[in-house]
Amino acid sequence: MHVPDGFLDAPTSVATAAVAVVGVGVALVKARNELDDRTAPMAGLVATFVFAAQMVNFPVGAGTSGHLLGGALAAVLVGPWTAILCLAVVVLVQALVMADGGITALGTNVTLLSLTAVAAGWLVFVAVRAVLPRRPASVVPAAAVAAFASVPLTAVVFTLLFSVGGIAPVAFDTLLAAMVSWHAVIGIGEAVITALVVASVVASRPDLVHGARPALAVRELEIRSGS
Amino acid sequence: MGAGHGHRLFFHGHSVVHRAPAHLKVLALVGFMLVVVALPRQAYVAHGAAALVLLAVIAVSRVPLRYLAPRMVIEVPFAVFAVLMPFVSHGPRTEVLGVAVSEPGLVAGAALLMKGTIGVLASLTFAATTEADDLLRGLQRLRVPDLLVQIMGFMIRYLDVVTGEMRRMVVAMRSRGCEPRSPRHWPVLARSLGALFIRSYERGERVHHAMLSRGYTGRLP
Repeated sequence: MHVPDGFLDAPTSVATAAVAVVGVGVALVKARNELDDRTAPMAGLVATFVFAAQMVNFPVGAGTSGHLLGGALAAVLVGPWTAILCLAVVVLVQALVMADGGITALGTNVTLLSLTAVAAGWLVFVAVRAVLPRRPASVVPAAAVAAFASVPLTAVVFTLLFSVGGIAPVAFDTLLAAMVSWHAVIGIGEAVITALVVASVVASRPDLVHGARPALAVRELEIRSGS
Repeated sequence: MGAGHGHRLFFHGHSVVHRAPAHLKVLALVGFMLVVVALPRQAYVAHGAAALVLLAVIAVSRVPLRYLAPRMVIEVPFAVFAVLMPFVSHGPRTEVLGVAVSEPGLVAGAALLMKGTIGVLASLTFAATTEADDLLRGLQRLRVPDLLVQIMGFMIRYLDVVTGEMRRMVVAMRSRGCEPRSPRHWPVLARSLGALFIRSYERGERVHHAMLSRGYTGRLP
């Protein structure tokens, strides 16, 4: 899923790098509101979790398997700003330590896999959560829709970048149709897995799910007297 | 905790490339790849020259090509894309082995393959000759925000701990007779991931408390 070197031309790579620097810079300031001075160790461990979660292969059948991208999942679990930091660090470590994703495409990869995926996931999540009843359980379907939407939306942004700075003359609408339909299929897997993971965390530790906080805030203490 | 020496790609050595300051190596890698990406796509000689420069650096670093070559499989998905490019692009057609393909697509596919291969090999060489600690210190010297470097440091430090924890969960699952083979097993895998998140989060809290008790004030020494 990582864009390698030479996929987009140099000006586009530099421009996306500038976008990535600004986006991560804003996230660095805002994440302190979500995690205060715990930011470094917490975001570090969550980044490690995202990386490990991407390593788990989900069998699709017929010998093939896919893995989670995790943008929407991280946004729902730890909040959007921390999620941007986590995904950006995952992409950074993969490029510098594991040679996964080109070094000149680093800005592009951060823009796509961190900024776009998390922003799309979080905005859709907030929108869906607003129309559902205020219960911790509502987080699960909202996370599913957000995860589904985040994958094709990221593909759309990639297609836009490719039409600006791509190195091959592929017709824009052909590429857009191919990318969006293919990533909609991937999005279904992402939605199911994200929903299952969020459901299991909501069931045992709802207090850890950032997206469930508004629902938890209105939960009242119930005192039931035995009859 | 088996705090390993170096990360998985690191190849122990004492060459000039190993000993060079990490921040200079990062700059060299970025500069070199920017030049390669900016080369005109049909400048085959220039691409060859860049590849020779890279091979010379690898020779100086004494990292055997036998070590780097198998790790280049990471490139395969995009090699497939590059091979498909001549078939999906438009433009004037040309015949290759009796099949009509797009000429600009062919050029673009070849360029992508060349630039991508040089990129993967360059990144692998960088990773094979740079220890994680040196990399973090180098990024700090390059004025990468301190918080970001700290997060990276924690991720690299706990990578083996968390992935090891996940591997043990999968082993435990398999030893109980659950071999994930179809989407029917997704709930089981997803619950493992949920548990892994809770464990990672709680480990983060414990690490933070341990750091506070040792006088952490927001900066690492």
